[in-house]
Amino acid sequence: MTEQLRILIAKPGLDGHDRGAKVIARALRDAGMEVIYTGLRQTPEMIVEAALQEDVDAVGLSVLSGAHMTLVPRVLDGLQQIGMDHVKVFVGGIIPDDDREELREMGVARIFGPGSNTQVICDVVRKQLTES
Amino acid sequence: MNLVAAALDGDRYALARLISLIEDRDPTAQDAMGALFPHTGRAHLIGVTGPPGSGKSTLVNALTQRIRKLGRTAGIIAVDPTSPFTGGALLGDRVRMRDLAGDPGVFVRSMATRGSLGGLAQATNDVVKVLDATGFDVVLIETVGAGQSEVEIAKTAHTTVVLEAPGMGDEVQALKAGLMEIADILVVNKADRPGAARTARALEMVINRNAPGDADGWQPPILQTIALDGSGVSELVQAIDDHRRYLCATGLLAERERRRIEKELLGVMERKLVDRLVSRLGRERLDEWVERVAAREVDVYTVASRLCGTD
Repeated sequence: MTEQLRILIAKPGLDGHDRGAKVIARALRDAGMEVIYTGLRQTPEMIVEAALQEDVDAVGLSVLSGAHMTLVPRVLDGLQQIGMDHVKVFVGGIIPDDDREELREMGVARIFGPGSNTQVICDVVRKQLTES
Repeated sequence: MNLVAAALDGDRYALARLISLIEDRDPTAQDAMGALFPHTGRAHLIGVTGPPGSGKSTLVNALTQRIRKLGRTAGIIAVDPTSPFTGGALLGDRVRMRDLAGDPGVFVRSMATRGSLGGLAQATNDVVKVLDATGFDVVLIETVGAGQSEVEIAKTAHTTVVLEAPGMGDEVQALKAGLMEIADILVVNKADRPGAARTARALEMVINRNAPGDADGWQPPILQTIALDGSGVSELVQAIDDHRRYLCATGLLAERERRRIEKELLGVMERKLVDRLVSRLGRERLDEWVERVAAREVDVYTVASRLCGTD
């Protein structure tokens, strides 16, 4: 049996719009991955804990609140602290161009803005996870 | 076997890695299971099953909070279905278990069925053993949303809790064989909804007139809960404990364990034999036989006898 790709889709922070996260979760499921969906209002600590217990290959964070520069680094740090720095972190949502560069430097694998094609997202995720 | 030692020592990431190896049927998993096995047999295994939307995850969330209040630790396995078309799965049970986050006495793992029917994944039994061996007092196993025949859980769990929600069918539904029969404890969840008392009465009829469980002498209690606010949950934990004591006192626990081991052993033998036969035969020859059966040249029983050498 080959290794099944597992990915956590989470919404950190307080904004209540999870349509995007659900669309992505569904698309990744249809692309043959096991998607663990955690739902709304997750703290970075909850997301890191879930990533550990579920032993995922990647974490997808959906942030629409504008708090990405606070929330995303806390997830990255948390993963690093528990020795899961091999886990790829993807970010979706409304991320201003200025912040993208900084997030990438912190270690975010890829950022998907509004209007991203779900097929492209699935391909990118699979490629990144199977290449390394 | 570093991973096993680390997991036994309380390393949660090692525990999570071990579960993945077992799920992916990694060749090293068998040795790991062998090393873990002597540490198993202590946890109480509780199955929670019922139709989709009856509140299984929410009840597991509430049950676990109660169990933690009593000072016991809990490992949770939440199973959801794999798509038969893409192999993908959406595992969403954690959404209802957010109250358990941050508790070091709880470990939640979502599992996809990966093609097995019956309500559990093929690896579920082994994952149960990992959680048992690593010291969780209770292992809760939540099945996929069950219809009428997803009854595998009864072979895995010591205590099987079957959930119903009000208004899901009349007495005739309850009289049918299958899911209802495997219940050690019946729960009408969402008891604040209209029709709860009627559903409980319908279940009463099943228990009283139609219980093969009579052979065990255990009368499954019928409880009402509201998992969302925790009503009735301490009574449910009480009933689970009562059932555990009953199993121990009557020697049923040991007897069930033996039945389960026999089933498991036969299952593993079957897989190993089939794997061996198929690898000896080779994929191409197998395809050839499939073609011949498809062309109606020969039937599957004849081919199987030939290939298994039981002719």
